[in-house]
Amino acid sequence: MTGLAIAANGLRKSYGDKTVLNGVDLAVPTGTVFALLGPNGAGKTTAVKILSTLIRPDAGQVSVGGHDLATAPQKVRAAIGVTGQFSAVDGLITGTENMLLMADLHHLPKAEGHRVAADLLARFDLTEAAGKPASTYSGGMKRRLDIAMTLVGNPRIIFLDEPTTGLDPRSRHGMWQIIRQLVADGTTVFLTTQYLEEADELADRIAVLHDGVIAAEGTAEELKRLVPGGHVRLRFTDPAAYRSAAAALAEAARDDDALALSVPSDGSQRALRSVLDRLDGAGVEADELTVHTPDLDDVFFALTGAPAVPAQPTATDTAAKAPAEENAR
Amino acid sequence: MSSQLALAVRDSSTMLRRNLLHARRYPSLTLNLLLTPVMLLLLFVYVFGGAMSGGLGRSAYVTYLVPGILMMTIGSTVIGTAVSMATDMTEGIVARFRTMAIHRGSVLFGRVAGSVLQSVASVVLVGAVGVAIGFRSHDASALEWLAAFGLLVLVALALTWIAVGMGLGSPSAEAASNAAMPLILLPMISSAFVPLHSMPGWFQPIAQYQPFTPAIETLRGLLLGTHIGNNWWIALLWCAALTVLGYRWSRAQFDRDPK
Ligand SMILES: Nc1ncnc2c1ncn2[C@@H]1O[C@H](COP(=O)(O)OP(=O)(O)OP(=O)(O)O)[C@@H](O)[C@H]1O
Ligand SMILES: [Mg+2]
Repeated sequence: MTGLAIAANGLRKSYGDKTVLNGVDLAVPTGTVFALLGPNGAGKTTAVKILSTLIRPDAGQVSVGGHDLATAPQKVRAAIGVTGQFSAVDGLITGTENMLLMADLHHLPKAEGHRVAADLLARFDLTEAAGKPASTYSGGMKRRLDIAMTLVGNPRIIFLDEPTTGLDPRSRHGMWQIIRQLVADGTTVFLTTQYLEEADELADRIAVLHDGVIAAEGTAEELKRLVPGGHVRLRFTDPAAYRSAAAALAEAARDDDALALSVPSDGSQRALRSVLDRLDGAGVEADELTVHTPDLDDVFFALTGAPAVPAQPTATDTAAKAPAEENAR
Repeated sequence: MSSQLALAVRDSSTMLRRNLLHARRYPSLTLNLLLTPVMLLLLFVYVFGGAMSGGLGRSAYVTYLVPGILMMTIGSTVIGTAVSMATDMTEGIVARFRTMAIHRGSVLFGRVAGSVLQSVASVVLVGAVGVAIGFRSHDASALEWLAAFGLLVLVALALTWIAVGMGLGSPSAEAASNAAMPLILLPMISSAFVPLHSMPGWFQPIAQYQPFTPAIETLRGLLLGTHIGNNWWIALLWCAALTVLGYRWSRAQFDRDPK
């Protein structure tokens, strides 16, 4: 055994002439949490679908749980549990019946099936709703049932495609707790997420998928070191004060609409004091001051080139242009 | 190999239980499908009966109609099969099944078994309506009843596989329902309502050799003692061909990567 729960080499997949994965390599050690990040449409779901045997890659070698995906898909399936991005519960039957369906498909003895179903429903706070048809569940309840169904049969490797999207903060923390517990029991977890905080909290290793390849991979700390340091953000309510501060702090990035300045800084006491001294010198006082150390958001934006405030400039542009066209006529 | 078979049987029966649970939980879906054949039966007997029966008299016309209506009941029931297959495919649950180490074909086998059982139940219900308004068999022996039952099951199996293929090929429940429409329209242009010889000459061969007419004529022969002729083997040939075709088509579609 290699000690790798998931190993992928040169994974490629295109839809028509759109290349989604263009040579993706992945290595997930057994018993760890791996988070795949990427903007919408980056191919995270496509990657999960390939690794979980749902669709076939155009090229590349994958082994999951020590089994080759191409030659032994049934063995891979026996080792994994999958919760896709979109609900995979049977809405016409109840929560309990959904769980028992999974127990039957895992060939659990009847009594054990009932016990596992009841245990998991309780763990996911669904005991009360267990007798109602799943179609009547809220989005968060469906999501929890979805994941509970995945855990029937005790899979050693679990794929979770955006497991906490649509969950309220309490349920999200509950989910994190459950994922940590699974890992403590030796389960390998492969998850995708839009919440960088979630990757930071849970994942041993994080990979950022962009333009069909892994743009960066490492621990959260390693990734944070890839981006330039943090900044101090100053906000003003008085435009005059804002202008004098901007003059005093020439290196600051200006946000004229918000009357906010962003001064590059490593967040140290000395750097902070220097900013404050220069503000005092100019005789202005900021209405709000926040210190930002680089977080995964910065890493994400730096690697994927997504603007921090998308679409806003174009929106103002068109708004400004419309009356001009009116006048021209 | 035998363990593969055991797996297939076990997982297919799990899938069958799921489908029967659906049918039991939402009986209106199944019962709605019975409305068309029952309405047509009543309409033709009590409203058009005088004009259509050619002076046969009401009870004789009921007796003539029922075998065709029973075949039509199967066509109507499997429209529901196409719709629920398509619905299943648009929901995530089948994707989940695909990532599990279960027998690959069990999703389809369970669906087919459920649909055949449902067809039989529907035929019994509609048959009961027929008996209530005066249908009587003409001295059919136990063996003939058994053969009639076997024929109905074979027709149900064949039409179910076709319907499953239609369901798999349709992007939505509505599309599946439209695609499966011919299964209830074909009996209209068979010998279900009027004898072939009363149809225009150019149309008779179409009506005669389409799948429903030979099956209806065979059923009539078994229950009413009319002449069966070559209808029985044409019916069996149709059943076998449609079953094989529907199975191949369904498997090919199901084994393809999902969209
Ligand atoms: N069946 C399909 N046919 C054609 N294109 C597809 C198909 N599935 C996915 N794509 C395309 O592949 C790209 C990647 O999709 P994918 O769902 O993997 O992205 P994602 O990273 O999961 O996005 P999100 O964060 O929105 O869930 C998208 O551009 C999508 O339009
Ligand atoms: Mg996705």
